[in-house]
Amino acid sequence: MKSARLFGGVSHLMLVLWTILTVTPIVYTFLNSFKTNTEIFGDSPLALPRQWGWGAWGRAWETSRIGEYLVNTVIVVAFSTFFTMLLGSMAAYVLSRYDFRGNRLVYTLFVAGLSIPPFLALSALYKVVDNVGLLGTHTGVVLVYVAYSMPFTVFFLTAFFKTLPTTVAEAAMMDGCGHARTFFQIMLPMAKPGLISITIFNVIGQWNQYLLPIALLPGDKQDKWLITQGIANISTSAGYEADWAGLFAALSMAIIPILIVYVIFQRQIQTGLTAGVGK
Amino acid sequence: MRRGRLTPGAVRKWGFIVSFLAAPLAIYIVFFVSPNLQALQLALTNSRGISPDFQYVGFENFTRLFGDEVFWAAVRHHGLILLVMPLVTIVIALFFSFLLNLGGGQRNGQLAGVWGSSFYKVVFFFPQVLAVVIVGVLFQAVLNPQKSGILNSVLGWFGVDPVGWLIKPDLALWTIIGVMVWQGVGFYVVLFSAGMAGVPKEIFEAAALDGANRFTLFFKITLPLVWNTVQVGWVYLGIAAFDAFALVQVLSIDRGGPDNATTVLPLEIFRQTFTYYRFGYASAMGVALVFLVLTFAALTMRVTRRERIEY
Repeated sequence: MKSARLFGGVSHLMLVLWTILTVTPIVYTFLNSFKTNTEIFGDSPLALPRQWGWGAWGRAWETSRIGEYLVNTVIVVAFSTFFTMLLGSMAAYVLSRYDFRGNRLVYTLFVAGLSIPPFLALSALYKVVDNVGLLGTHTGVVLVYVAYSMPFTVFFLTAFFKTLPTTVAEAAMMDGCGHARTFFQIMLPMAKPGLISITIFNVIGQWNQYLLPIALLPGDKQDKWLITQGIANISTSAGYEADWAGLFAALSMAIIPILIVYVIFQRQIQTGLTAGVGK
Repeated sequence: MRRGRLTPGAVRKWGFIVSFLAAPLAIYIVFFVSPNLQALQLALTNSRGISPDFQYVGFENFTRLFGDEVFWAAVRHHGLILLVMPLVTIVIALFFSFLLNLGGGQRNGQLAGVWGSSFYKVVFFFPQVLAVVIVGVLFQAVLNPQKSGILNSVLGWFGVDPVGWLIKPDLALWTIIGVMVWQGVGFYVVLFSAGMAGVPKEIFEAAALDGANRFTLFFKITLPLVWNTVQVGWVYLGIAAFDAFALVQVLSIDRGGPDNATTVLPLEIFRQTFTYYRFGYASAMGVALVFLVLTFAALTMRVTRRERIEY
């Protein structure tokens, strides 16, 4: 079985190579946050830092406002995901379980949004949000996130509610349980696996959103900015030209929370993100 | 139930339906449907910024668009990304997912993945959860044109002179495509692995017993069985090829440069909207983008429709 050995060897080599390719940029970022500019741009940029100090991290925390952006993002994503899930599951439940005139139309309206890239409405969205006086506010961003997350959430959850057995809900209704109570106390708990997947999908999607924040939270509202805006900004802003370690420290601060959440929930995250494609 | 007379139960049912649909529909219509419809209208106007004074100019924006060199450059870039990025991503991802699920040969009479396969899956998938913006900034350091850039210093060990990955106009777009592949592979490894896990092991084992080697196992058995998943993946990657906004904006030189060598339609739409305030022209570009995406989706659906293998 010489050829099998060879195949095994080559395939392991490829896997290790791709691992290195994936990990290097991230590890390099962490390491550079402890280096000096001369080390970063010196002759051996891949060497370990000579001294391990948290100086750059302190500077980054103060000047890059990363902490502020992180807090803003947590607030926005918490509200937008909560309302996306609440409103999305309400709509999906009605559309999957109730036969009424216009059901098909409403469902099609929601799902049609799946095939429209967000760039078509960029100018018009700016006008709409400005008209209702929500430009540069977190409320505006939350509402827009909820609207833009509806198509996929409704699509996925409608399909999911259809797979659940009808008998439990019918029995509850027979016993005099109202429509709304049946939904909140019986159907939602039954739909938990689907709700978890799509919640993860929405949290990650909204956390990583870049186009909508830069469109809706302009430069003069820097105190409202979200993390992706902050990251894009520190890489271009002049204040960092002299402080590369600070830039890498700020970038590390943005990566670490994601890394921690990913390591803890990696199984759920993988199923959550791939769930949509499997349909 | 007779028509025209509503029983109390029917009233309650309608009340419930309306109360559950009202809020989601209202938010969706105000912040999604209406902007998209207004964009179709704006595309026919000379609207500038948020000012309410503008005239209908018919198809003037589109005539101008078709004479706009930057527009055609962006369309060509989408074409190249569409040809290269999905194919490369899928080939690499299929190879890895095959190794990770079935490439380890027989173990206790069962086909298994190579050693450490769950570790590799966790690592490969991680770039997918990073924001594209973060990936862009990471790769600014990796692709730094000086010899202190990571990639250039690794190449330096082999005596290669520093390469201007993002500076050279004919190389820059390929570099961007490379970064898109870097971020995307892990997602499709996990997706195809799920597809392969869904196929009964006996099929592979029967083939292995019949003496099929790994190549036959891959091309004759695995690939046809996961073909549906591959198709879906191709549609997703194809649609992603019409985006690339955040990566090009953050990573490329001069946002779409050098000299428009990496620009894409979403970036031009953003620029027309927020740099020049040409809302009408930007919306016309948006219509062109939607047209391209929907054409791609429709063509793919037609071409790739294939008999489904039942098992």
